[in-house]
Amino acid sequence: MSDIHWPVIVILLPLAGGVACFLWPRRSVLLGLLTALGVVACVAGLGGQVVEQGAQRYAVGGWGAPLGIDLYADGLSLLMLTVTAVVGLGISVYSSGYFERARYGQDRARHFWPVWLFLWTALNALFLSADIFNLYVTLELLGLAAVALVALAGGADAVSGAMRYLLVSLLGSLFYLLGVALLYHSFGSVDIAILAQRVEPSPAVWAAMGLMIVGLLLKTALFPLHFWLPSVHASAPAPVSALLSALVVKASFYILLRLWLEVFPFANAALAQLLGLLGAAAVFWGGFQALRQTRLKMLIAYSTVAQLGYLFLAFPLASITGWTGALYMLLSHAAAKTAMFMAAGNILYFGGHDRIADLDRVVQRLPLTITAFALAGISIMGLPPSGGFIAKWLLLETAIRSAQWWWGGVLILGGLLSAAWVFKVVGYAFTRSEVPHEARAVPATMEWTALLMAVLAILLGLFAPWLLALLEIGSPFGRENAG
Amino acid sequence: MNPAFLYALVGVGLFTLGLYALIVHAHLLRKILAINVMASGVFLVLVALATRTQGAAPDPVPHAMVITGIVVAVSATALALALMLRVRAETGRAELAEEPLE
Repeated sequence: MSDIHWPVIVILLPLAGGVACFLWPRRSVLLGLLTALGVVACVAGLGGQVVEQGAQRYAVGGWGAPLGIDLYADGLSLLMLTVTAVVGLGISVYSSGYFERARYGQDRARHFWPVWLFLWTALNALFLSADIFNLYVTLELLGLAAVALVALAGGADAVSGAMRYLLVSLLGSLFYLLGVALLYHSFGSVDIAILAQRVEPSPAVWAAMGLMIVGLLLKTALFPLHFWLPSVHASAPAPVSALLSALVVKASFYILLRLWLEVFPFANAALAQLLGLLGAAAVFWGGFQALRQTRLKMLIAYSTVAQLGYLFLAFPLASITGWTGALYMLLSHAAAKTAMFMAAGNILYFGGHDRIADLDRVVQRLPLTITAFALAGISIMGLPPSGGFIAKWLLLETAIRSAQWWWGGVLILGGLLSAAWVFKVVGYAFTRSEVPHEARAVPATMEWTALLMAVLAILLGLFAPWLLALLEIGSPFGRENAG
Repeated sequence: MNPAFLYALVGVGLFTLGLYALIVHAHLLRKILAINVMASGVFLVLVALATRTQGAAPDPVPHAMVITGIVVAVSATALALALMLRVRAETGRAELAEEPLE
């Protein structure tokens, strides 16, 4: 088992699958689903390797760090790869129903599969990158694939949304790249591990840090740089919205986390407090805007803005438990938000609209979908035993232990805001609407995948110890630098 | 002041200029051009800073990075131009509306 080059396979398999889907469009659904299953198996293989032998460093083609590209897999990357694989499989199954018989023609389905598998390739490559320049390249690949997927819906909203997203994404990447240029000039390396040893504060490093953080925050859509997110996430096709909210915004957060912990450990407390404050503002603003929305997908998109805010509460707390809490939030949000966007997709597919006030007793017609929505809502609110509860609990515990209880207040008020909009939607799902509307049967696969993702978000709460143990493999959360 | 540093400063200037144009102009073609000017600025910084010590041969690694960067920029520009045409076909204007959804 140990001599199989899992890190490379995990990147090449979805790439090959994407090319195959492009070459044989008629078979794309079958090829896409097979690739998705294959990637899940390979991530499991890599996972076994990392758990058995510790963090893996792999020199592609045997070239090694200064000239070649290194791949690196530790507990943190493995966690991200796993969540991508699980959510990716769910989205693949969902899409096989959604694009086949939806109002999207065969044509759209043909374009969906190759681009989605390319996006998966970019995500896997990003989580395995060992140097900051390779991270830039994968970030761009991810951005381009995501933009293409948004444009897939067609129509003025989606195309304008895709254009806006592309401009924001390129702008963020350029800020990041300028930071890379300054870091390389100062320390003569782009390798994260080498930078971590050599880096020391200097004006150039402060400038690089500022540029990279701003670029990544723009891509992660932290308040007030979230302006582009709601319209983009709401105008994309449902499985794409799920992908964007669950995985794509998390990729730039992952880079930010790695840089913060390994390359910029000397970042001062004031900056951490600022990130925490912006996170808190995002929680309130996102939650408040979500409550005001009249369209279901727009509401869920604003809730993503709020949920991303929680991730940044870990910066001022700055302890292992705090970071674990943020990562747990990331996992459970990925599962719950996928389920929610899938549920919204089902409702849209069923009734042809997503006006919250006209949900018209969907609960009787799509019981599984509304159950999925409500279960995902439980995780988003942070009620036990969901994954969201564990995440908030870890963050709350850290906040109290480090005598910064006010961050705990943000967690609780944010939870209340989420509860308010979840109950609003569920309430309308039970009431009769004035406006009668068309109804179309929703494929069973779409209803069941939504429900399974929601159940997963709840069950994540029970897997906590096992997943937390995974994080302790290798840097940055390894036992050797625990404290 | 050595010439490499001057080039790097010009690169930062281009980056800033592009950022300004990106924010100020509404027409999408201008925005796409602005992004390209910003990218050229970053590439100039990378190339200029490759000369670490005066007289010695410059470090080739940043040059390799710039080549990769140019490939990325070309593909991104192609996608942006294609999308711009679609925006124009859908809305009749090559501009983004102020408020995307009502």
